[in-house]
Amino acid sequence: MPYDYRPFPYVAPPGLTAPEPRHKVVIVGAGPIGLALAIDLAQYGVASVVLDDNNVVSIGSRAICWSKRSLEILDRLGVGQKCVDKGVIWKVGRTLHREDEVWTFDLQPDPGHKMPAFVNLQQYYVEEYLVARAMEFPDLIDLRWKNRVTGVERSDHATLTVATPDGTYRLEADHLVACDGARSEIRGMLGLDFDGELFEERFLIADIEMTGDFPSERRFWFEPTFHAGQSALLHKQPDNIYRIDLQLGWDADPEAERQPERVIPRIEKAVGHTDFRLDWVSVYTFQCRRLAQFVHGPVIFCGDSAHVVSPFGARGGNGGLQDVDALGWRLAAVAQGADAAVLNAYDRERQHGADENLMNSSRTTRFMSPAPGAERLFRDAVLALAGKASFARPLVNSGRLSRPCVYPLAGPDDPALPVEARPGAVAPDAPLAGGWLIDRLGREPVLLAIGQPAPKLPGLKVLELSVTPKLQARYLGKATQAIYLIRPDQIVAARWMAATPEAIATAAAAIWRDA
Amino acid sequence: MSLITTPNLRDPDAAYAALLAAHKGLGDAESQALNARLVLILMNHLGDGPEFADALKLARDAR
Repeated sequence: MPYDYRPFPYVAPPGLTAPEPRHKVVIVGAGPIGLALAIDLAQYGVASVVLDDNNVVSIGSRAICWSKRSLEILDRLGVGQKCVDKGVIWKVGRTLHREDEVWTFDLQPDPGHKMPAFVNLQQYYVEEYLVARAMEFPDLIDLRWKNRVTGVERSDHATLTVATPDGTYRLEADHLVACDGARSEIRGMLGLDFDGELFEERFLIADIEMTGDFPSERRFWFEPTFHAGQSALLHKQPDNIYRIDLQLGWDADPEAERQPERVIPRIEKAVGHTDFRLDWVSVYTFQCRRLAQFVHGPVIFCGDSAHVVSPFGARGGNGGLQDVDALGWRLAAVAQGADAAVLNAYDRERQHGADENLMNSSRTTRFMSPAPGAERLFRDAVLALAGKASFARPLVNSGRLSRPCVYPLAGPDDPALPVEARPGAVAPDAPLAGGWLIDRLGREPVLLAIGQPAPKLPGLKVLELSVTPKLQARYLGKATQAIYLIRPDQIVAARWMAATPEAIATAAAAIWRDA
Repeated sequence: MSLITTPNLRDPDAAYAALLAAHKGLGDAESQALNARLVLILMNHLGDGPEFADALKLARDAR
C-alpha cells in the first residue's frame, strides 16, 4: 500500500502579529536530523522552534538503512523500538559479479546487543515517528510547518526572515541550526560552499511495491546480466516496498531516465517480471563534499547541510544522526549557560566523522564507477579474481556500511583494556540482568565501575556492575576490573583499571570543555 | 624487513621469459588486464606493510 501522506497543520506563528522574544535555538528543517535534534534538546529541557518550508514527511523512501548506532540514538530519543518493530532487520550483504557471489558480509555476528546491525525503514516513517514524539513536548518544541527562511543575518545571534502563507516575520535566535539538507538554503544565504569531489556518475533510484520472496539481505550486482556493464542494488523495505538502484552512467539524461516508460522496462529486467507497482523514482549524482567548518558563529550546520556523501554506505542519514548525537548535549549545555566554546568540539569531532564517511564513500564510488584507465583496469581485475581466489574478495567494494567513527580523544586510557572500548569510541552495549547496558548510559556523564566499587564523586552518576562474560569481553579483556567515564552521548571519555577521585574529576570536567 | 631491491631471482632470464610467456598471444588490453591481476596477486602476497609503500615509490620514481 502506498504511504498515506497526511499534511501537518500550518498555524499562523505569533511573530506575524507581534515581535517574538529571542529564542535559544531555532532549527531549520523538520527532516530526521532537525526533528531528532529538537527532541534531544527537549529531553534536556531546552526549548526550540523548528521551521520547515513544507508540511509533509519525506516524499519517497530516501534514507532507508538505519545503523545500529542510529537505532541506539533514536532509542534514546524515544522512537528506536518503533523503528525496529516496523523495519526490516538485516545484517547480511551479498555482492555478485554477473551471476556469481563474490563477497558476503555479516555486520553483526556477535550477539548481545539491544539493537540489530541494520534496519531498513523508509525515511517517511522515521519522520512520522519523530514528529509524533516531538509533539509529546508541546511546551518545548514549537513545530512550524510552511515556514520558509528567506534571509539570515549573523551577529552575536542570528536574525531570520521567515515567509509563511500569511506573510513574513522576523525571528531571533541565540543559535540557528541548519538541518535543511544537501541543498541547504541557509548555507547558500551565508555564501558558504562545499569542498570536495563530484563524481561523473548517475544512478536511478526507485521504490517498487511487489510481493516477492527476496530474503532480508542487501543484494548488490556488478555487471548483472539484467543491466549489462552497470551496477544494481536491491534492498527490502517494509510494506512490500523494494529499493532498486540502477547505475546509469554520466551520459544519461536525468529527466528522461525518471520517466515511467524508461524506468519500468529496466525494473522488469531486474526483477524478472512485470507484477509490481512503481512508487517513487529519482535520479541522483554522486557527491563527496563538505563544508570546511560546521560552526559559523551562531549558525551551526548539522547533517547533509554540512556534508554530502555518495550512497551505498548509508552514511548520509546515519552520519547526520551522529552529528545530532555530538551536538545535542553540548548545545543544551550552552543554552543553559555553558561556554559556547564547547561547540568547537562538536565541529572538530564531526569534521573527523565526516572525513571518515567521505573517505569511505569516495573509495566505494571509485570502485563502483571507475574512471577510464587504471581505475577501471584494477576494478575489473579485482572482480575477475574474486571468483577464483578469496584474497580478492575483501577488495570488492559495493559500499562500506556506516559505523560510528572513533573520535581522537586525549582522555586517560589504559591500552591493556579492549581496543573497541577506547576513549572516543561508542560504549559497547551488553546484556544486563533485565535489560541492556546502553539504556543505562547517556543523557549525562556516567561513571561505569565494573568488578569494583566506584570512587564516590559529588554530582556524577554511578553505575556499578559485576563482571559478566560480555562485560569481560567488551570492557575488561584480560583485566579483572575497570572504571569507564562515559559522556552524555554514550562515547567513552576516559578509562582506567583503577582511578583516584581526583583523576576522575579532572576527566569529567574535561567533557564540558573544548578539549 | 624492507623491500628487496637487490637481485633475488635464482634464474633471472627464465623468470623474465616466464613473464613474457604469460602474455603470449594477448592483445594490448588483455595484456594490461593480466598485469593488473598479477599486481593484485603479488600485492596480497607481499602484504601492505612498508615494503608495499617502498615498491610503489620505486615503481613511480623509476620512470
